[in-house]
Amino acid sequence: MELAKHWRVRSARYRLEGQRNRATGEVRFPPAPSATDDWEPLALSGRGTVYSFTVVHQPPDGYEDQAPYLLALVRLEEGPLVTAQLTDCDAEQAAIDMPVEMVTRKLRDLGPDGLIVYGYKFRPVLR
Amino acid sequence: MRDVYIVGSAATAVAEHWDCSGPSLAAEAFAAALGPLAREQVGAMYVASALAGPLQTQAQLGAAVAAACGLPGVEAHAVEASGASGGVALRQAFLAVASGAHDLVAVVGVEKPSDVLDGRREAALALAGDPDWDAIHGATLTAQWALLMRRYMHVYGCRPEDFAPFPVNAHANGANNPGALYRFAITPEKVRSAPPVADPLSLLDCSTAADGAAVVLLAGEGLARELGGPRIRIAGSAVATDTPALHSRPDPLWLEAAARSSAAALRAAKLSAADVQVLEVTDPHGIAAALSLESSGFFERGSAVRAAADGAISPHGATPLATAGGCKARGDTVGATGVYQLVELVRQLRGEAGAAQVPGARVAFAQCLGGIGATAATHVLVADNA
Repeated sequence: MELAKHWRVRSARYRLEGQRNRATGEVRFPPAPSATDDWEPLALSGRGTVYSFTVVHQPPDGYEDQAPYLLALVRLEEGPLVTAQLTDCDAEQAAIDMPVEMVTRKLRDLGPDGLIVYGYKFRPVLR
Repeated sequence: MRDVYIVGSAATAVAEHWDCSGPSLAAEAFAAALGPLAREQVGAMYVASALAGPLQTQAQLGAAVAAACGLPGVEAHAVEASGASGGVALRQAFLAVASGAHDLVAVVGVEKPSDVLDGRREAALALAGDPDWDAIHGATLTAQWALLMRRYMHVYGCRPEDFAPFPVNAHANGANNPGALYRFAITPEKVRSAPPVADPLSLLDCSTAADGAAVVLLAGEGLARELGGPRIRIAGSAVATDTPALHSRPDPLWLEAAARSSAAALRAAKLSAADVQVLEVTDPHGIAAALSLESSGFFERGSAVRAAADGAISPHGATPLATAGGCKARGDTVGATGVYQLVELVRQLRGEAGAAQVPGARVAFAQCLGGIGATAATHVLVADNA
């Protein structure tokens, strides 16, 4: 069922919650377990630009119904890079440095006995 | 720490071995590598595989392979570090002999990806990344190399076809290797016009996962002298790691684990990149080879692609690469790759590499990567005067 492994990252998956270092102001995503109190939760703006992208034609099991799909590294405006799919976007439209914003979408369906996993994807900024 | 020598090496052909299990392939390669040695002399086995767990549902591969090789009871270890498994196993075996704990040990690399269909294999390969933060988004290993390739093209101003010299060289060399999966040449035009797998990577710039097993035997100096023949010494050995997820790295186009492990291995060998005469790296795609070579100090950043086009990676260039076909033409044996690399470099250092022989090669460099370089294992081999 894999319930716990998706539940425990819900804040990051659903509202792109990262962490900010109290001393230096550095922002990181995804959030990491920290042995100290140096890092506090921070909801990120969800805005960024495309660092790189690809079109996946040979999907792993569980993603056949999505292929071909756009996968990207997005540079968030707070600094971190994040791996996510681009959505509401044609392959011809995608470009490095294109402004994008986070949306919540279905990531995958784990089947009749499993979860439907939701989380962040990115789409071109609406004008 | 005493000197460690390679005293035996062999590999099965890389192919779709429908009639063989992983352990049976390993047993075949092991018997061929033994030569004049008795199997009972082997004190320990280090068995590398990336996919035996997810694809063959086999854990304890050390015990399974030891039994198949006719050595039940022997000390045996299963080693998993995705595509770096073979190099990490070699590192463990090297330490066991260097420390004096064992006089003769076997490093076995074995992979059997043809047992499953593409989708399951892609998912198993993606285990090398981060399940929560990249695999859940459908990020395959190939897709992540494609992300790096497009970024590289953007930063350094090149086109997809500029990477073609890597697969073209691999196929030219593989054509002369009877144990290669693909024994035919390809042209840059064919690479350019092949269908996309993960844009901008085309089918002919992507390796094919295939079955095989490779074995090297390591011994201390005493036994190596007794056996006679050319002595191939492991002059440097190192493993380093990086974050499994690409997005957690400050500079994704820099493979820090490759840089660290190659620097440590060359330092141990008291050599520099300029001394290396023949190389094996993890080269399922041109971009992978380029980043590995740049991070390891063989080329300036952004220059490996142009150097390859100028012939640097051919057997007669300054940085000969993939002389047995590399991951692309020999076939991608994933966790066994690090051991296949050693088998080829031993052939080179013994002057037995045929049409792809690098003239007078005495110093060789092997590097294998797990995932996008989350693990990098680097070894430097030197042919000592007999």
